[in-house]
Amino acid sequence: MPLRLLKYAWKSPEEELRFFPQEKPLEKEYDVVIIGGGGHGMACAYYLAKEHGITNVAVLEQGYIGGGNTGRNTTIVRSNYLTSEGVKFYDESLKLFDDLSEDFDLNIFYSTRGHYTMAHTDSAMRTMRWRAEVNKHHGIDSEVVDVETIQKDIPYMDVECNGQHPVMGALYHAPGSVARHDAVAWGYARGAQMRGVEIHQKTQVTDIKTASGKVVGVETNRGFIKAKKVISMVAGSSPRITNMLDIKTPIEVFPLQSCVTEPVKPFMNTIVVSGSLHVYVSQSSRGELVMGASVDPAELHSTRSTLDFVEGLTDQMMDLFPFTSRLKIMRQWAGMSDITPDFAPIMGKTQIDGFYLDSGWGTWGFKATPISGKTMAYTVATDTTHELIKPFSLDRFERFNLVGEKGAASVGH
Amino acid sequence: MKFIDCPPIGRRALSEFVYGGLVKHEPDHENVSESVWAEHVFYRHSHPQIQKEWWYHRPTGMWFFFERDTLTDVIHHVSVATKGYANEA
Ligand SMILES: Cc1cc2nc3c(=O)[nH]c(=O)nc-3n(C[C@H](O)[C@H](O)[C@H](O)COP(=O)(O)OP(=O)(O)OC[C@H]3O[C@@H](n4cnc5c(N)ncnc54)[C@H](O)[C@@H]3O)c2cc1C
Repeated sequence: MPLRLLKYAWKSPEEELRFFPQEKPLEKEYDVVIIGGGGHGMACAYYLAKEHGITNVAVLEQGYIGGGNTGRNTTIVRSNYLTSEGVKFYDESLKLFDDLSEDFDLNIFYSTRGHYTMAHTDSAMRTMRWRAEVNKHHGIDSEVVDVETIQKDIPYMDVECNGQHPVMGALYHAPGSVARHDAVAWGYARGAQMRGVEIHQKTQVTDIKTASGKVVGVETNRGFIKAKKVISMVAGSSPRITNMLDIKTPIEVFPLQSCVTEPVKPFMNTIVVSGSLHVYVSQSSRGELVMGASVDPAELHSTRSTLDFVEGLTDQMMDLFPFTSRLKIMRQWAGMSDITPDFAPIMGKTQIDGFYLDSGWGTWGFKATPISGKTMAYTVATDTTHELIKPFSLDRFERFNLVGEKGAASVGH
Repeated sequence: MKFIDCPPIGRRALSEFVYGGLVKHEPDHENVSESVWAEHVFYRHSHPQIQKEWWYHRPTGMWFFFERDTLTDVIHHVSVATKGYANEA
């Protein structure tokens, strides 16, 4: 028995340190206010404190830590994107993920599984070859594999897909991983707090105030807070925040749903995505199949779940894994995805002095949690846009300089 | 399943419809500056609101307008698109 547990048995529970220390009283002013206590907000606070010595920071969260998309995603981490900009950015994130458990002294259950994106058509095969070449050029481990290799690695999959749309090959990405999403947010939050950052839950930003084009503070349900630098890291709530400052963006919000089955014995160690069937699946360490699809058909700012989603998803899933017809769905849920036209994020400075945006994370932003925290912290601390996020600026659309990540991000997450 | 009352075709399942996006006034293609075009194509306020949208009814091939609340998903008003794309917004 671990010594800590034994000691705990002799003490009263009050003496045991809580994971998060008691919240401090809310101050009237901070150097930096971060809106949103998801993974991105916490990571940004952590790197502001750790790498730039900026600790007079408040993270304001309207609900609870990690209760947004951070706690709702299917935790796929990968870097096999289609554009050079995307590949370089997400690869840096993967490198950071590797060390997080040690950094935090907290197990984030980072589990490297390998990641297959199945191709069922000639055009999908072409995109896979294209992605493999871009990836290899940047030193990322990706290759196109044939049906025999797939069948050997995933024996329970019907590569014929019931004769409907047989798999022709796949893009295989060995570094593809899953992680425990809550732990990522908690680890960053605790690390930030230990360095002096304050986290205030149940604190909603209701307005952002400016004077002569500069940010002066935020209005909240707990009163006005002065701050010269405000960072919005609110994923699906981004349009509500940018609307406060009359900033227009191309972001539209669509619900993204997900569900898990009852647990079964481990049978599949890899992550399987099918762009053509619009589904993806991995098996959790508890044995549940974690499954998802593409976003709901119409814009909606809501986390409601639908039966249409489960029907559509299971229909496709049964083509890939026929035996799943016997499994029960245990839970389903949804998050709000902030989708951009080019499936790349919108990050960095804005036309308003002191207002920084980290948004457009759609269905793919969990894997970016470490690197967006790090690059946003750099951008805010030095007031110069970090090299890695220059391609993701809000004004790229008016310059018609889009990033074109759809081929690798729309279903694959 | 969700149903919707559509005047000329009656009560129909929402799954018969395809979302066609926000109704926007399109600038004249021939005489438009790049910035006006970018504004039209990309930039908007997409916070929760009641908005007028295109919806295509697959079985009949008809286009409809729904005035829909993007916070609650309640459809407040339905009408048929009759004037042609350029004249609708
Ligand atoms: C079902 C689903 C599956 C997904 N699967 C994957 C995947 O496999 N891989 C991947 O990489 N990505 C995936 N994603 C995307 C990923 O989850 C998100 O892009 C990412 O978690 C965004 O993190 P965040 O910290 O920016 O936002 P969030 O975690 O959403 O945090 C934003 C926080 O801001 C708070 N907030 C909002 N407005 C205010 C306000 N006015 N005042 C104060 N606080 C406010 C919210 O309460 C929320 O907690 C998935 C998303 C969903 C919904």
